[in-house]
Amino acid sequence: MTETVLGWWGVPLAILGGAIRASTPYLFVSLGECLTEKSGRTNLGQEGNLVLGAMTAYAVSYLSGSPWLGVLAAGATGMLLGLLHAWVCQFKKVNDIAVGIALMLFGIGVAFFFGKPYIQPTAPHLPAIGFGNWSDIPQVRAALEINVLFLFGLLLAPLLSWVLSSTRWGLMLRTVGDSSDAADALGFSVNGVRMVATMIGGFLAGVGGAFLSLYYPGSWNEGLSSGQGLIAVALVVFARWDPMRCLYAALLFGGAGALGPALQSVGFSSGYYLFNAAPYVLTLILMIATCSPQRTLTGVPGELSITK
Amino acid sequence: MKALALVAAMEGLLIPLLALLLSLGIFGVFLLAVDNDPFGVFYSMYRGGFGSPFSWRNTLERAAPLMLTALCTALPARLGLIMIGGEGALVIGGIAAASVGLSLNGNAPWLVMIAMVIAGAFSGGLWIASTGWLKHYRGVNETITSLLFNYIAIALLNHLITGPMRDPQSLNKPATLPIGSANMIADIPELGVHWGLAFGLVLCLLYYLIFQHTTLGFAVRIIGGNIRTAKIVGLPVGRLTVMTCFFAGAAAGLAGMIEVAAIHGTANGSLAAGYGYAGILVAFLARQNPLTVIPVAILLGGISASAGLLQRSHHLPDATVFILQGIIFIVILLSETLYGRLKLLCDERGRT
Amino acid sequence: MNAIAKKTFTHTLKKLCTSTFIFSLSFALLPAAYGDDVVVGFIYVGSKGDYGYNQAHALGAAAVKAMPGVKVIEEENVPETIAVQNTMESMINLDGAKLIFPTSFGYFDPHILTVAPKYPDVTILHAGGLYQEGKHPLNAGSYFGYIDEAQYIAGIVAGGTSKSGKLGFIAAKPIPQVLRNINSFTLGAQSVNPKITTQVIFTGDWAMPVKEAEAANSLIDQGIDVITMHVDSPKVIIEICERRGIYSSGYHADQSELAPKGYLTGAEWNWPKVYTDFVTLLKDGKPFPHLLRGGIKEGLVKVSKYGPAVSAKTAALADAAKAKFMAGDMVIYKGELKDNKGNVVIPAGTALSQTDIQLESMDYLVAGVIGNTGS
Repeated sequence: MTETVLGWWGVPLAILGGAIRASTPYLFVSLGECLTEKSGRTNLGQEGNLVLGAMTAYAVSYLSGSPWLGVLAAGATGMLLGLLHAWVCQFKKVNDIAVGIALMLFGIGVAFFFGKPYIQPTAPHLPAIGFGNWSDIPQVRAALEINVLFLFGLLLAPLLSWVLSSTRWGLMLRTVGDSSDAADALGFSVNGVRMVATMIGGFLAGVGGAFLSLYYPGSWNEGLSSGQGLIAVALVVFARWDPMRCLYAALLFGGAGALGPALQSVGFSSGYYLFNAAPYVLTLILMIATCSPQRTLTGVPGELSITK
Repeated sequence: MKALALVAAMEGLLIPLLALLLSLGIFGVFLLAVDNDPFGVFYSMYRGGFGSPFSWRNTLERAAPLMLTALCTALPARLGLIMIGGEGALVIGGIAAASVGLSLNGNAPWLVMIAMVIAGAFSGGLWIASTGWLKHYRGVNETITSLLFNYIAIALLNHLITGPMRDPQSLNKPATLPIGSANMIADIPELGVHWGLAFGLVLCLLYYLIFQHTTLGFAVRIIGGNIRTAKIVGLPVGRLTVMTCFFAGAAAGLAGMIEVAAIHGTANGSLAAGYGYAGILVAFLARQNPLTVIPVAILLGGISASAGLLQRSHHLPDATVFILQGIIFIVILLSETLYGRLKLLCDERGRT
Repeated sequence: MNAIAKKTFTHTLKKLCTSTFIFSLSFALLPAAYGDDVVVGFIYVGSKGDYGYNQAHALGAAAVKAMPGVKVIEEENVPETIAVQNTMESMINLDGAKLIFPTSFGYFDPHILTVAPKYPDVTILHAGGLYQEGKHPLNAGSYFGYIDEAQYIAGIVAGGTSKSGKLGFIAAKPIPQVLRNINSFTLGAQSVNPKITTQVIFTGDWAMPVKEAEAANSLIDQGIDVITMHVDSPKVIIEICERRGIYSSGYHADQSELAPKGYLTGAEWNWPKVYTDFVTLLKDGKPFPHLLRGGIKEGLVKVSKYGPAVSAKTAALADAAKAKFMAGDMVIYKGELKDNKGNVVIPAGTALSQTDIQLESMDYLVAGVIGNTGS
């Protein structure tokens, strides 16, 4: 590409910007879900956590004037739903995936029920840091305008990775996720560990929702998430239960979402429905390419119902 | 001892009923908490869903597609798979039925109808069978695959109806050409509900017979119970998995065909109206039993039929129904843990 | 049980008792629905507080609610499936509705066309302008506004204010209604500055907040400094424009509150007038127009108040155009008009008035629009 076709430079720039802007919800939900799944439970209710978190954050930020209070409240609701999930799932013969779907319905229902009065008002937003201020090009500045939550996410991925691999708590979590019998024998509380992991997972998903409503796109409405929480759960499988890979997958997904509009903005405008589906097809292809029934996948928690 | 056996037999009826009552109780407390009158709401739900011949028609019309999409989750569940691809299979079935209907237009209506049924069922069947195939032969998780398949199906639908298959006359709501009024599914006389309902009832019954009372169904249950055992006994696990998924997808594909041939007359964006997702709920509430799917679909159809009345008469937001469904769903799942315990309880009482 | 819990418990118990009382009462009062009031139903496809399409209609419903002798019932988030047929019938059968306004375009065919013949004494009026005399039921009707007239004026304002000469348009789908808005907006802008271009991005659906935000950001990155839209809820786009310091032009309802600095103007519906007019006619038992269409002159659409960034000169140009619309001698689509692929779509010497049926099936983007009508 030569410098004369400046317009096309907008495409990689938009993908970079999109990766930074749109990846945060995927990142938080998938990191949270990664932790939950490492403990041996799948929580498809993350979509409900995300939506309820978005609504709660917006409502609290609007009522209190403090977006950070909104973020905390969103995390707290996610934690509550996570607790409910863990509590229901601890009973015998209860299927965790089904409970997740139920909680998704419930979470979305509660969010829509109480969210009606907050669709119209404008709530205070989360602040952003201008990392591109060195540049004279406004587009670069805008693309590098980075929200603090994204930075938290960036730090959280290696931190989680370290906790899982190198701390006592991480080892306990992985043991519980790999074999509840072994964990029992070691005297770990299987349900307790899973409950904590699901609650933290729910907290993170709630925070992801806060990002949606308080930063980007930055407004509460009923179509806000449209399945991002579900896709983030899919990303965990795709990332092989590795927090660092969750980060890459989230960035990839955020960037891929920006591809369609960016291509149209430089005049390439046919087949946008197919472009919009590109991230899903990509995930599918990568999953098919990397899965195999013969060998056990590295990193997969043995107790996980979605891999049995 | 007779009473004991009775309790065991009644378990299947008693537990869901108790769960339902408990859910309504929780929902009632929720309504009180948001300053609404629970009994008034319950009465409106009854009135809107079942209180008059019109309400019954409304309910049955909403229940018809749910019966079919529920089967898309219920059958694979017997293999131990959690399939959530009903929405996508419905959409694909709708597209296929519409394109076959259009290309055969002008032939005898009965011929077109049969061709559309086959096209809808076959395409939906293949759609879900491929997720079953991926699961068994490639080890790709079916829940995630079927979810991704939903998004892909909807994108495909949108692409086709705004591009290659678009009727240039469908100005502001992109759609395919109409399949023609001669090829539309009529209403059941007297009842006023379209014949799609009959498809749902018959298929639920048929699948019940197949999966509850034949060797095939027995084999599927063994796979669902323990896949290793199934392999040891020499069951063709892969073939049975793909076949069951095909049956499941065929039901949802048929639902898509009915949406096209009984309601819209075209394939358009409204095919993806969430019936597939509601079907998941129905399947779990019916505990994956094709026969139980029928009353559960009617119950949920009734709830959604009354949703409008809740908005209009009680000023409750439309999402109220989601909350109720969510509560019922959670409580029913929770009640799973009670199966077998009721008998236990009676045993202990018998001993003392 | 601690004291607080006890208190809540007794409170709940009390409430339960009262509600049982109400319950038994409501049994007795059942058939008398709403007395002698005329029951009017409104059906929305989305959330009625969406700052956009549905809210514009809900504002109309609110105006009807204020009329004496009228009872308004509303239902939101009703999809364009058999659900809307059932909602209409439910309003008729259970609430005794005599007049229904299903407000989404996709409600008409086949849904209203299925329900209307079953209830000849109920009037069903649809927002979309699809009624055909002689072909469609007599108790149905359809109305729609030429909102592209308002978009034309918004285009003048945008063209006069833009510094880069590049405008952006974020739209859901390339359907005639949308294309007409894009074209009118562009032609309005070109009437001020012939070199101006409009870049279009289609998001694929009516409510896709993240895609809309991405589209707005890509457009701004391309140096575009005024954005308008045709999506169900413009809130997200307008807020992003304001944050990134460019101008925006609203749609459906007045969004000036969302962007005090950058909001230029907007194309709005004026449903309160339409709905109160219809209800008055129906209440008086007078015949109603089966197909009601109109623009600025007829009061079906309007233009938002100009924002602070609009210069007096630009405002004067826009007002002049508005005056021409009011006088009825403004023609937006006249030859020679070329599309953006160089084909002549309206030959020289031809002028298409707003009512011309040819405009209803518009499938092109005029020269100066960057974008494609295919999907």
